Parts: sequence; C-alpha cells; structure tokens
Amino acid sequence: MKRLVLERRAAPLAWMGLGAPLLAVALTLIASGLLVRLLGRDPWETFQVFFVTPLSTLYGVSEWLLRASPLILIALGFTVALRANVWNIGAEGMFIVGAIAATVPALAFGDGHPVWLLPLMMLAGALGGMAWAAIPAYLKTRANVNEILVTLMLNYVAGLLLSYLVNGPLRDPAGFNYPQSAPFDPSALFAPWGEAIRLNGSILITLAALPLTWLLLQRSFLGYRMTVSGAAPAAARYAGFGQAGLVWAGLLISGGASGLAGMMEVAGPLGQLPQSVSPGYGFAAIIVAFIGRLKPLGIVLAGLLLSLLYLGGEAAQMSLNLPTAMTRIFQGALLFFLLGADILITHRIRWRER
Amino acid sequence: MSDFTLVQGTLAAATPLIFAATGELVGEKAGVINLGIEGMMLVGAVTAFAAGAAGWPVVLALAAAAVAGALAALLFAVLSLSLGANQYAAGLGLGILGSGISAFIGHDYAGVSLTPIAPILLGLDPLVYLALAIAAATGWFLSRSKAGLVVRAVGESPRSAHDIGYPVIAIRYAVTLFGGAMAGLGGAYLALCYTPLWIEDMTAGRGTIALALVVFAAWKPWRVVLGAWLFGGVALSGLFAQGLGVELPSELLSALPYVATILVLALARTRALEVPASLGQTFRVEG
Repeated sequence: MKRLVLERRAAPLAWMGLGAPLLAVALTLIASGLLVRLLGRDPWETFQVFFVTPLSTLYGVSEWLLRASPLILIALGFTVALRANVWNIGAEGMFIVGAIAATVPALAFGDGHPVWLLPLMMLAGALGGMAWAAIPAYLKTRANVNEILVTLMLNYVAGLLLSYLVNGPLRDPAGFNYPQSAPFDPSALFAPWGEAIRLNGSILITLAALPLTWLLLQRSFLGYRMTVSGAAPAAARYAGFGQAGLVWAGLLISGGASGLAGMMEVAGPLGQLPQSVSPGYGFAAIIVAFIGRLKPLGIVLAGLLLSLLYLGGEAAQMSLNLPTAMTRIFQGALLFFLLGADILITHRIRWRER
Repeated sequence: MSDFTLVQGTLAAATPLIFAATGELVGEKAGVINLGIEGMMLVGAVTAFAAGAAGWPVVLALAAAAVAGALAALLFAVLSLSLGANQYAAGLGLGILGSGISAFIGHDYAGVSLTPIAPILLGLDPLVYLALAIAAATGWFLSRSKAGLVVRAVGESPRSAHDIGYPVIAIRYAVTLFGGAMAGLGGAYLALCYTPLWIEDMTAGRGTIALALVVFAAWKPWRVVLGAWLFGGVALSGLFAQGLGVELPSELLSALPYVATILVLALARTRALEVPASLGQTFRVEG
C-alpha cells in the first residue's frame, strides 16, 4: 500500500528556512479565508478590513508601528534567551511587572515634573522585568528547575499582583474605585509625535535594540558562548563557558527587554496603569520570534505582521461585527502552520510503499 | 451557592482540575507535555455550552465536549508527534488557538445561561463523582495494568520501548487524545455545572493550574486529587473568610497554586518527583 511518509533530507533545505514562514502566512490566509467563507462573509472584504483599512490613515500607520514596537522588543529578548537554550515564556509577566515598576516613580515624582522621570521609569521598568526573570534564573541555575514551567506560572502571579495593586495600593484615589492608577503626569509620558497620533519616542528604544541584538548575537563573545552552549552543551563545558552565567544573561536580557516594553506601554498609549496592561503581547511575541526566524530583520517584519493582526481584529469588530477573537485564531493558526511547515526544512514528503 | 458548604464547594471547584490534570498526567507519563490545556478546556467548554443551549441531553453534550477536546489535542499531536515540532511551542499555539476559537464561537452565547445539572448525591452533581472515578481508574491503570506499564516505559525510554516493538508514536497519540478529552470534560463541567453561564475565557487559568497540579502531585494520580482539593479549597476559603469578615486579598489566594507549584519544583528532590525521563522530547522513527 502506498502512503505519505516523511523522509529525511540528506542536507537541510536552506531556503526553506525562509520559505516556511511565508508558507505559514499563506496557509493561514487560506484557512482563515475558508473560515470567513463558512460564516457567510466575503473573504476579500474581510481581508480588506483586516489588512488594508487599518493602514489607510496616518493614525492607523502610527498605531501599527506603536503596537509592533513592544512585540519586536520582547521577541528580541526571547531570541537572545533561546540562543542560550532558555525558553522564556514568561514575557507576559515580565511585561506586567515592568509596567508596575515604572508606575511607582511615575506616581511618586510626577508632581514635580522632573526631566529625569522618564529615564528613571525606563530603568525601573527594565529592572522590574529583570527581577521577575531572576526567579526562574535562580531556580534553574541553583536547583535545575525547568524554566518553562516557572516562567509560565509567574505570568499568572504577575497578573494577580497587578490586579491586587490597582485594586489597592496603586488605585487612583480620585478614580471612582475603577481598578486603575491615577493618570500619569505629562513628564512621565512619551510625548506623541503629532496632534492626532499616539506614536512616540519609545519606538526609538526598539530601534536601538535591533542593532544591539544583532551585535550581541553575531559579534560578541557572550553571544558566541550562548550559541555554543545552546547548540552543544558538552562542547561549551569543555571550553569552560559557565552554563549558569549564560542562563542568567539570557533571562535577564529577556526580562529587561520585556519590562522595558511594559514601561513603554504605560508611559505611552495607556498613560496610567490599568488592570489589563497587555493584550497578550508576551505570548504573541513568541510567535513573532519564530515567524521572524530568530533574526532581528525577520522579527521586525513578523512584529509588523502580528501588530497588523491586532489592528485588523479591532477594525473587523467595528465594521464587520466579527469578534476580536479572530486575532487569536490568526495568531494560533500562524504558529501552527509554521511549526508544521518547518518539517520541510529537514524532511521531504513522499508517496512510498510501506 | 448559598447553602453550599465549604466541603461541597471544594469538591466542585476541584472537579475541572481533576479532569484536566488527570488527562495531562497520563500524557506526561508517556513523555508528552501539552501546555495547551487551557485551550482544550475552552474548546470543550464552548462545545458543551453550545450543545446545552441547543437542548442536547447532558450526556451528549459531555460526549461532544470530550470529542472537541480530543480534536484540539489531535492538532497538537499531529504537529508534535508526527511532524516533530517542539512540544512547548505547539502547546502554546494550541492555547492561543483554542482560546480564540472558543471566544469566537462563544460570542453568540454571551450572557446566555443554562440550568445546571441536578445533584445526585450529597448535593453534588454526577460529574464530581465521574472525575473521582476516572482519577481512581487512571491510578489503577498506570500502576497496575500492563498497558499502563507500557505507557510509562514509553515516557521513560521511548527508544527502548520502540526497539522492543511498542508503537511509541501511536501510544503517544492515544494518551494525547485522552488528555484532550479529559480537558474537554473539565471545560464542560465549568460550562454546564459550575458557572452555567458563558463567559469568554471562563477557565481563567485553570488549565495552567492543572498543568501545575501534575507537577505539584509529583506525577501521582492520587496526589492530583488531593492537590485539586487543596487548590480548590484554598480558592474558596477566601470567599468564606470574606463572609466571616476577614479581609484577605483574593489575589493572594488565587496565586497560591502557582507559587506552591514553583516551591515544589524548587524544593523537592528530583528523585522524589518521578519526572518521566523523556518529558517534552521529540521522538522520531527514522525511515
């Protein structure tokens, strides 16, 4: 009987490394087109609303870049950690703790409008994310505890910590009991770059992180040690590269980037600390990193794509009355198709006799 | 809920956790870790709710939820078992996709409520007892039956199990689908009995607590039940404490399962944990 089998290629198919994400995007579009068709909607009209309408105004383009920025920054951190073979799926929690940590100085010093407030908040946000990342780093290096489970659990703890704070100590006394902090003073905010747009200077942080990540991964000794220890732990031990130090470095860089992204969110579009600071950026950024093939340039493109999915989901809700859950379906499908398509790098599909 | 005692409330709150964690435990015993429990529970919940709202009998609604959970797990299984994708990444994808699909379908049911399943014994509905029965049967299966031994062998050393002639991939498919069906039932319990009202993302982290529970229970089925009672009781004791005038931040109690699990991971010696040796590793029969 003939059946489909997977056959290992003699050598990995190099161009498929780039082909797989494109294939995944195409398959996601086809699958979601069918889903939309099934719901009795016109796929072309839906795609138009999802992918074109959001970018047809200056405001839309500004939102596109504004949303892509934290996704890209978090994905860069995830990539650095993954290079040292550390799976940090706790970016969501580190983002939240970074947002909280940045809120404290914003509320404490905002009244005096100091010029050093924003830099202090950036520092606090990054340190907050790093502190949250230090927990799995400590546990992994001291007790060999699986960082995946710990970082996943800490996402929920961070969400609950945020909920406690905005319902208690950090709640706006003049806010009619709404679970959110007082609005930040303008000195604690990145000033928007235009009258009707929300894009602001925080995007420069992400832009700066791109070449830094490239240098770290491609040109630094730390990046080299991470790569070796991630790919060949035994060789790294032989060369005397301390595994513990690399785990710490990977998690702290990743946590710092995520925390900084959280700071950018409260000091940017949110302008205060609400009960919900992240629409799943920490998880979406993992998809960004994989679709972007763990390379800075690819991550930029993937970040722009995932950001557009958030905007498209909101546009489709407003004009087509489709649930915003479409965005999550797109995200999940994209990751699934990518993981499936990746097999084509190392294997070919054949009809063969069994 | 007013005449519900703390004991009854605990047993009810533990039920979705027992379903989902027992399913995950069997999968992990065979070396498969599925981070997408939350997504499978939500798919089960929305399926059961839709079936209930359409007037299906409870038994059929439950069966539909189990099938839906298993189908969600099948997506994960194809990716991670047949196509060799990383189990953690595939599980994350399943979590996002499942929550998206359930929210999408559930959109039409926002605010709809169902009549909860009637209690049969001691003021508790049949699903509470079903979950306990499945947990007990699972414990027996894993420790006493030949098939259970094979499942554990696959988790400890898939290579040796394969060489002896056991179909490793097929066994891993079976346990993964079982895990999906159980997660689906756990979600169905929330939708049909516990909440009986559709709320988007109504599992509220229970899938992750179930994942934590497997670790907390050191991969032993009977401890899953004890842990679920503990976590369920802790969550409820906050409400009761409030009723008695004691102010405790509810978030502190809600965070306990996660914190307790991290502490178990940190403090227990690895040997005491009985972590399946091949957990999370891809196994491939090269042809």
